[in-house]
Amino acid sequence: MILFLLFMWWPTGAGQDVGRSCILVSIGGKNIMLDCGMHMGYNDERRFPDFTYITQSGTLNDHLDCVIISHFHLDHCGCLPYMTEMVGYDGPIYMTHPTKAICPILLEDYRKITVDRKGESQATFFTSQMIKDCMKKVVPVNLHQTVQVVILNIPQVDDELEIKAYYAGHVLGAAMFLIKVGSESVVYTGDYNMTPDRHLGAAWIDKCRPDLLITESTYATTIRDSKRCRERDFLKKVHETIEKGGKVLIPVFALGRAQELCILLETFWERMNIKAPIYFSTGLTEKANNYYRLFITWTNQKIRKTFVKRNMFEFKHIKAFDRSYIDNPGPMVVFATPGMLHAGLSLQVFKKWAPDSKNMVIMPGYCVAGTVGHKILNGIRKIEFENKKVLEVRMAVEYMSFSAHADAQGIMQLIRYCEPRNVMLVHGEGQKMDFLSKKITQEFGVQCFFPANGETVTIETNPNIPVDASLNLLKREASLTGPPDPKRPRVLHGALIMKENSLRLVSPSQAMRELGLKEHEIRFTSTVTIHDPQPSQGTVERLCTHLKGTLKDHSIQHMPDGSIMIDSVLIKVSGSSEEEETKDFLVSWPYEDEDLGSQLMTLLRKGLPRTVEA
Amino acid sequence: MYYFKFSQKMFRMLFQSPATMKLYCLSGHPNLPCLVLKFKSVTVMLDCSLDLTTTFSFLPLPLVHSARLAKLPSWVPKDADASDQDTLKTLKKELKECAGRVFVDSPPEVGIPEGGLLDLSTVDVILVSSFQCILALPYITEYTGFNGMIYATEPTAQMGRQLMEELVHYTERVPKTRTASKWKEPAVFKTLPAQLRDGLNPAALRDCYGLHDINSALSKVQLVGYAQKLDVFGALQIMPLSSGYCIGSCNWLIQSHYEKISYISSSSVLTTHPQPMDQGPLQNTDVLILAGLTQSPTANPDSMLSEFCSHLAVTIKNGGSVLVPCYPSGVVYDLFECLAVFLDSSGLMQLPVYFVSPMADSSLAYSNIFAEWLCQSKQSKVYLPEAPFVHEELKTISRLKVFPSVHGDFSSEFKTPCVVFAGHPSLRFGDGVHFMEMWGQSKANTVIFVEPDIPYLEALAPFQPLAMKAVNCPIDTRLSFQQANKIISDLKPLHVVLPENYITPPPSLPQRSDLVLEADPPPTTYQRGEVLSLPIKRMYEKIEITPELASALVPSEIRQGVAVASVTGILEAKDNNYVLQSVPKQPTAGPGQKRKREDNADFAPPKPHVWGAVQVEQFVQDLEKNGVTDVKVEDTPSGHIIHLQSEDTLIQIEDGSTHIFCEGNEELRIKLRNILLKCLSKF
Repeated sequence: MILFLLFMWWPTGAGQDVGRSCILVSIGGKNIMLDCGMHMGYNDERRFPDFTYITQSGTLNDHLDCVIISHFHLDHCGCLPYMTEMVGYDGPIYMTHPTKAICPILLEDYRKITVDRKGESQATFFTSQMIKDCMKKVVPVNLHQTVQVVILNIPQVDDELEIKAYYAGHVLGAAMFLIKVGSESVVYTGDYNMTPDRHLGAAWIDKCRPDLLITESTYATTIRDSKRCRERDFLKKVHETIEKGGKVLIPVFALGRAQELCILLETFWERMNIKAPIYFSTGLTEKANNYYRLFITWTNQKIRKTFVKRNMFEFKHIKAFDRSYIDNPGPMVVFATPGMLHAGLSLQVFKKWAPDSKNMVIMPGYCVAGTVGHKILNGIRKIEFENKKVLEVRMAVEYMSFSAHADAQGIMQLIRYCEPRNVMLVHGEGQKMDFLSKKITQEFGVQCFFPANGETVTIETNPNIPVDASLNLLKREASLTGPPDPKRPRVLHGALIMKENSLRLVSPSQAMRELGLKEHEIRFTSTVTIHDPQPSQGTVERLCTHLKGTLKDHSIQHMPDGSIMIDSVLIKVSGSSEEEETKDFLVSWPYEDEDLGSQLMTLLRKGLPRTVEA
Repeated sequence: MYYFKFSQKMFRMLFQSPATMKLYCLSGHPNLPCLVLKFKSVTVMLDCSLDLTTTFSFLPLPLVHSARLAKLPSWVPKDADASDQDTLKTLKKELKECAGRVFVDSPPEVGIPEGGLLDLSTVDVILVSSFQCILALPYITEYTGFNGMIYATEPTAQMGRQLMEELVHYTERVPKTRTASKWKEPAVFKTLPAQLRDGLNPAALRDCYGLHDINSALSKVQLVGYAQKLDVFGALQIMPLSSGYCIGSCNWLIQSHYEKISYISSSSVLTTHPQPMDQGPLQNTDVLILAGLTQSPTANPDSMLSEFCSHLAVTIKNGGSVLVPCYPSGVVYDLFECLAVFLDSSGLMQLPVYFVSPMADSSLAYSNIFAEWLCQSKQSKVYLPEAPFVHEELKTISRLKVFPSVHGDFSSEFKTPCVVFAGHPSLRFGDGVHFMEMWGQSKANTVIFVEPDIPYLEALAPFQPLAMKAVNCPIDTRLSFQQANKIISDLKPLHVVLPENYITPPPSLPQRSDLVLEADPPPTTYQRGEVLSLPIKRMYEKIEITPELASALVPSEIRQGVAVASVTGILEAKDNNYVLQSVPKQPTAGPGQKRKREDNADFAPPKPHVWGAVQVEQFVQDLEKNGVTDVKVEDTPSGHIIHLQSEDTLIQIEDGSTHIFCEGNEELRIKLRNILLKCLSKF
C-alpha cells in the first residue's frame, strides 16, 4: 500500500522556505488536506496555495475527503475561506473548539488589514460573509475523541477514515492529529511545544506508531536554553530600556504569545513596583482574555487549578492602547499586532519609534521572509517601503525566542513518544532540516524526508493483515507449549480460510470440517532387516536404548507388547524365529510423521552399533 | 494507556481466559450502580456509587446547637434484656425518637458497595459514568489494595470532587465527639423497629472519608473524552459516549474484536444543558446492561419546573421564604436559568436568591469552562465569547448571591423573603439543616425538593412536626420506562441485563404495568450480592499476519471464492497486538557444528493436510507414467489393493486412507508417495 503526500505549491516558493502550511495526504484512497495556511510574506496571489494542483476546474468536493486545521495561526488557516468559498469546498473541516472560536476573529482581522487599510480590491480577497460561511462547515473535535469523518451530502460517517486530536501546546487549542485509514496512519503535528510554558501545557501523544509522522521543524537545530533564562533576559532588557526612558515595542499576535508575555510582565511590574505603563493594542484584548477564561481547560495545570480563586487573564497593569499614545513622551511598553511587523498598528508604531536609539523592539517570534520583522532581524537597518521612503532603524532590535515551537530535543522526544515508521520534516529551513533528518535516521533508524515546496513524496507502507483466529486453536497451541517463555518462540500452526472478505485462522481439522473436506490418511509400513544374533527381546531392548540415545527430543516408549513407539511411528519385530541372526522389523508411520519415519528407516538400515549395551 | 511486555497476565487473557462473562452486583439500587464485569480475564468495575440513603437513619447534624434535637426522647427496644444495663444505657444515648420514628444520634454514616463478592484488589479498571456515581471511589481505591486504572471524563472527576469535598466539609465542620456503634451489633440491631432496619446493612456502613482520601483517589483518575478509544491490556477496547444526563456523563461501550457490551446508566434524551445522548455506537451489542432510569416515573420534568416556580411565587407573595435542598451541581444549573426567566416575568427581579454551599463558587466556575461537554446552543456561546450559563451573569450583577456557608458574610447580606439553594438534599448535614430549623415552624415558608434521588418524606422525618409547607418537585431528566423500552428496541441488543426492580411496576404504583422494562429474550435481572453468568461466548481473537508470512502462503482453491492455506508462524505479542510472523530460516549446520535439533524442531511446518479420495485409474496411470508398470489391481469390499508384484509392495486404497506397505525400498516408497500425493488435494 502506498501513501502519497503532495505539498501544496505556492507559485514562487523558494525551496523549503517557511511561513505557510498546506499539505495534501492521500492515504488508503482518502484525500485529506492538512492545514490551509497563507504566506504572510506576500501581498499578491502568491500568498495562497495553488489549488489548480488538485483540480483545474470545478470545486474541490470530489477531490478531498476532509480538511484538518491544526491551530488558529494564519500560516495554518489563513487560506481557509479562500479555499472553501472562492475555490469551492463543502466537505467537513475539523478543528478543536478554541480554534473554531478564535480562527474567524483572526481571519477577519487580517481581512480588514488587507482590504480596508491597504485598499486591496474585494474581488481578490475573501469577505466577512465568506469567513462566516466557511466556519459553518467546521466540525469541532475534542481531544482524544475518535472522530469518524462525515461524508459530504450523505447522512453517514465514513467508517474507514477516522481522526484523533492530541494536545499540542503552542497556542490555545492547538492540536496534533492522527489520521487513520484501515491499518495505515499518519500523524500531523501542526506547530507544537514539548515544554509547558506560563499558560499552556506540553504536547503529548500516545504510542500510536503511525506509518508517517509529519512534524514541524521550525527550530530544527536550536536547543533553546532554559525557559527561565530567556524570561530573565527578556525582563532585564525591558527594564533597562524603561529605566533609560525608552519605549519598548513588542509585536505580537493578539492571541497566544501575547497572553504569556502579559502574565510575565504583570508579575514583574507587581514585584518591582514599576510605574511605566504597559499597553496592549486592539480591541481584541478583552475578548482574547475571555477566550482564555472560557477555554481554561486548554491551559496548563497551574492555571486550571487556581482559576476559581484567581483568573490569570485579568491584568491589573496592562491597559488598552490608543493610537494617540504613540507620540506620548516617557517610557512605555506596547504590545501591538501583528507579530511580524508586516502591517497594522505594530508597523505604524515601529515606523515612529525606529529612529530613536533609546527605544527597543523585541521580536518574540519567528518572522517569515519578506516581512519587516524578518529584515530587521537579519540586520537590515535601512528599510524601504512601497512609497520608496527609506526608514533608518536606530532603535535596538532584540530577538527573543518565545515562540512555542518544539526544538530539536522536543522533536526527538515526540518521535520517541509515538514511534513512527517514517518521519517527514516540514515548516522548517532546508539546511536545518537536512541536519535534523540525519540525526533522526541515525537515532531511530527510520526514514526521514524533508520535501520541498510543491514536491510529491510517496511512502510505501506494509501493514500486517488482520485475521480472525479461532480461540480454540490459540488455546490448544497454548496448552501444548505452556506458559510464555521469552526464549522459546511460540509456533502456531493452522489453516487460513479465505472466503469472500473474511480471513479466519482455525485448526486444520476444523477447516476440513467447515469446508466439508474429507481427510485422506496416508500411512507407510516398511520392513528393515537388522543383524543381531540374540533373542529378539534383547534386540528390541538394544534398539530402544540406541534410539533413545540418538533421538533425544522424541518420546520413545517400549510398549508392553514388545513394540516401540517413537512419537507416532511404530516399530515391531515381524515374526522371526528366536535364534536367527537377522530380524525383520516393521516400521509403520503416518504421513504427518514422514520426516521421522524416513529418518528412522535410514537409521535402522545402518544396523545397531556394536557398543550399544542392552 | 497501558503498555507492557508479554506477561503472565496477558498470556492468561489471550489463551486461558474463560469464554464466558460474569457480572457481580455490588449494589442493587438501580440509580446507585456498582457492578463488576469479568470478561476476557479483565475485571471492570462499572461505577462506584455511594448509598447516601443510609443517612436517613440518623439525626441531622445541625450547624448551630439545636435545642429541639437535643431534647428528643431516648428510645429503647420494648423487649430489651433488662439485665444488660450497660447495653441499655448506651442505647439510650444512641437512639432517639422523633415524631414516632427512631433515629441514630451520631454523625450520619454512608453505605458502601458490597465487599464480600470478590477481591476488589483484583479490579483492573473502574469506569465512572457521572459525578453522581463516583462518590464511593475512595473506599475502593484507598482501602482494598486496588491497583488498577480509573477512567472518567474531566467534568465527572471535577464535579465528583466537589460532591465529595462538600460531603467532607459538611461532616467535618460539625465535629461530634461520640460515634454510636452499639445499635449496629447484630443482637441489638434485630430488636430495632423495622422502619430503621429496612434496607439497612450495618456491615456496609462507614464514616465519611477525608480530604486526603479524595485527593489520593482522584489522583489515580485518567481523564477521558467522549468517543475516546481506550485500550485495556490489548484485550478490551472501552469507549465513553455522551449519555445526555449531566455535564460529562457517559455510557460505556466495552468491546473485544468480536463481542460488544454496552453499559447504559443515567441517560437522558431530553434537551437540557449537557451534550445529547450518543446512541449510534451502542447498536447491536451482545449484552446491554441498563440502569439509572428516572426515579420519578410519573413526574414530567417540565411540569415539575413550572410547579416549582408557582410554589415559589405563592410562598414569596405570602411573605414566606423558600428552601431548595440541592447538590452544588447538576439540576441547579437548569433551575437558575429557569428561575431567572421566571422571576423577570413575574416582577420578582429584586427577590434575593442565595446559593449556599462550600462548593458553590467552584461548581459555577467549572460549569462555564466545560463548553465542550455542553449542548450545541451553549457551546456556540463560547465562540462569541460568552459564558455558556447565565448564572455567571446573575452572579456578576448580584442577582445570585453565592456563599460558602451561613457563617461569615452571609448574615449581613441575608434578607427575607428569599430563595435559598443549599445542601445537603438529604437534610442530614449542611446549611440546609440550619434553614429547616430556622424556618420549619412557620407556615409561610416552603421547602421544595428537586433532587429526584431524595425521598422527601424521609428527608423531612427528623424535622416533624413541621409547620412549613413541603413540596416535592423532583426534576428527573433520566430515561422514562417508555423511553428506555424504545431504546432497547432501537439498539437491538441480544441480551438485556437490568436491576430486578425494573421488571415489576414500582411498589407504590402496582397497577402501572407500563412502568416496567421489556426485552426479547426476557431480560436477566440482578440484585445486590448476586453473581450472574452472562450469555456471551467468545469464539475468535483478532491477530495479525505479517505481509512476509502472508505472501509465502500457498492457498488452494476449494471452490469458487473459497480457498484455504496452511499457516505456520511464530506468534508474538507486540504492542498489545498478536502478530503471527514467518518462522526464521533454519541455520544450516556447518561442519563440526552440532545441529541442534531441539531448537528448530518446533519451527518446521508440518506436512500438508491431505484430503479427498484417490481415483484408482488415475493413480495407476500415473504409476505407469513413472515407470511402475508391474501393477495388479484387486477390488476389495472397502476399496482396492494395488500389488507391485516384483517389489513385493502393496498399496491399500480405501475411501479415506491409503496404506503403502514396502519391503524396505526407500527409493521406491518415496516415488510412490510422491505419485500418490499428486493424486490428492492438500493444503
